[in-house]
Amino acid sequence: MHKYYLDHLQELEAEAIYVIREVAAQFDRPAILFSGGKDSILVTHLAKRAFWPAKIPMPLIHVDTGHNFPEALEFRDRLVEELGVQLIVGSVQESIDNGMVKEETGLNASRNTLQIVTLLDTLEKNKIDCAIGGARRDEEKARAKERFFSHRDEFGQWDPKNQRPELWNIFNGRKSLGEHFRVFPISNWTEMDVWNYILREHIEIPSLYFAHERQVVNRLDTWLPVSEYLELREGEEIVTKKIRFRTLGDITITGGIESDADTLEKIVVEVAASRQTERGNRGDDKRSDTAMEDRKKQGYF
Amino acid sequence: MELLRFTTAGSVDDGKSTLIGRLLYDSKSIFEDQMDAVKRSSERKGLQQVDLSLLTDGLKAEREQGITIDVAYRYFATPKRKFIIADTPGHIQYTRNMVTGASTANLALILVDARNGVVEQTCRHSYIASLLQIPHLIVCINKMDLVDYSEQAFNAIVEDYTEFASKLDVNDIRFIPISALLGDNVVNRSGKMDWYQGAALLNTLETIHIGSDENHIDPRFPIQTVIRPHSDEYHDYRGYAGRINGGVFRPGDKVTVLPSGLTSTIQSIDTFAGPLQEAFPPMSVSMTLSDDIDISRGDMIVRENNQPEVSQDIDCMMCWLNPRGLQPGAKYALRHTTREVRAVIKEIYYKININTLQRLTEDKEIQMNDIFKVRLRTTQPIMFDSYRKNRHTGSLILIDEVSNETVAAGMIV
Repeated sequence: MHKYYLDHLQELEAEAIYVIREVAAQFDRPAILFSGGKDSILVTHLAKRAFWPAKIPMPLIHVDTGHNFPEALEFRDRLVEELGVQLIVGSVQESIDNGMVKEETGLNASRNTLQIVTLLDTLEKNKIDCAIGGARRDEEKARAKERFFSHRDEFGQWDPKNQRPELWNIFNGRKSLGEHFRVFPISNWTEMDVWNYILREHIEIPSLYFAHERQVVNRLDTWLPVSEYLELREGEEIVTKKIRFRTLGDITITGGIESDADTLEKIVVEVAASRQTERGNRGDDKRSDTAMEDRKKQGYF
Repeated sequence: MELLRFTTAGSVDDGKSTLIGRLLYDSKSIFEDQMDAVKRSSERKGLQQVDLSLLTDGLKAEREQGITIDVAYRYFATPKRKFIIADTPGHIQYTRNMVTGASTANLALILVDARNGVVEQTCRHSYIASLLQIPHLIVCINKMDLVDYSEQAFNAIVEDYTEFASKLDVNDIRFIPISALLGDNVVNRSGKMDWYQGAALLNTLETIHIGSDENHIDPRFPIQTVIRPHSDEYHDYRGYAGRINGGVFRPGDKVTVLPSGLTSTIQSIDTFAGPLQEAFPPMSVSMTLSDDIDISRGDMIVRENNQPEVSQDIDCMMCWLNPRGLQPGAKYALRHTTREVRAVIKEIYYKININTLQRLTEDKEIQMNDIFKVRLRTTQPIMFDSYRKNRHTGSLILIDEVSNETVAAGMIV
């Protein structure tokens, strides 16, 4: 091995830190979108590294659907406290209450799509001109064509046909009044990279990612957690299973997988051997083949 | 594990999507649910076998209009390396897209249809690869199954290509006979071409030496932002944050800050994980200096005895990226490393006919996809090296000040 060498995780880390610092330098009021999932935890952690020994110079934004895993909220509050950063919460319940959006009804109703309105509203109210997100290009085909610096028009929309070319590591964050940017520092990371990095750097993640006993029901080929929002359907039965979650979204749409992986080491082994994509258990992507593309155009991240 | 970034180029029907699908599939990077979706699509289309090219199928917006939107990024890994593919469509906006994909690549895969040999598009793609200084080229001669795996056919193409490539600025060119459709020499060595002694494509991608692709000779550190904690513990800390663009920096090094020319000594090179004894590209670090001097974003820290050029007059090769052509005399915002200045195009020397590599000195009207040589004049000096010497400090973009769009990519001569 030659002397001046970075392994792939070090190189991805250096790239992400560079991107996050560019955001701090190019925008007036940037923020980090924090969902409580491992990808946004990773981004927050990389931001900590980017500005160390100073604090992260931007707030975290959490779009709260009201349908959270309690564990995820506790984790969020602890992290915010530890980092000493500001937390801005955008509430979907509030958007429903002031009539900005209408709650979905019927089978498989969820608040996933409603988040878009709350997110855009929160960005506007707080005059955020750049929102950093934890999306990765390997997640979904609509994300494979996403830029690091992704321009959004005054309606918060993504126009895939009219993206700015992105060359070398020169990022163009110039915009007109009312427009904003979404920036994705971990674009080039795969699920495997994320887990390997979390393992190597001992990054703390919510307990939900580790195998644990939980009451669940089997629906649409996945194990949905029992919560106050879950209504049992005919023929469904509550069982206790040892499961873990590969991604974290709303408690109403995030299914778990049966697993014995109760340590980071075991999770990495399980992910490496897995033959299904991680979003395969997400109800929000199952709506149609282009569900992600459609939501992204509207302003989803 | 090392990271290799490569780009793929080929004309419309020479099997690029199939090759990428094959690499992803044979390296077991495809998940069951993705494969099931492709199987269903293949069946719907009434195909006999699974069409691997559907693995790289794009967005609804593209399928509806039968177009491909610029660059898609794809990922796979083997136990030896992690790979990032910048997959660029072969048609219409080929130049703009390939330039974008090529700008971050260590290696380019150029596909040639064994039945057609070296065609205009092959030359075009190879020229762009050399213009963007991609260090390694692999020419995949595809569809060998359709020429009976003939050694003669392969050799004829290699000869043709080598003759053409002598006009290019590329040092490392390799040739591999493959069939992406049937998998010959892609992941596994083919049993049908015993005359070929080289490695299969994947093995070549895994072992090609990329350690020298970065410049480790000329120290360059453009400042992104200044870190000032204002905390009790780090009260007077002033860290210059950025990414090393070239050379090796060590604490104790005598350095010069450009453009001011002030000198100082590196006190420490810091990262979250601890201080470093050496920093080299592409590391992101934070540097402290022993003197309190005024440094801000857009400045560059270099070694006293190894300095880049500092000038307001810059000659570069350029690719125009915007549907609205170049407006003579117009001013643009120019971004180079972390520095932004304004620039005006002083002179267009010539435009390149990229099919023949001829220089056109009469026709100087610049439209999207055109490649040309210009002289720029900037409002403030920039600190640069030739693109050939350093891809980071030798590259720049132009931005339209009204639309804010990135309109051109420049490689400093």
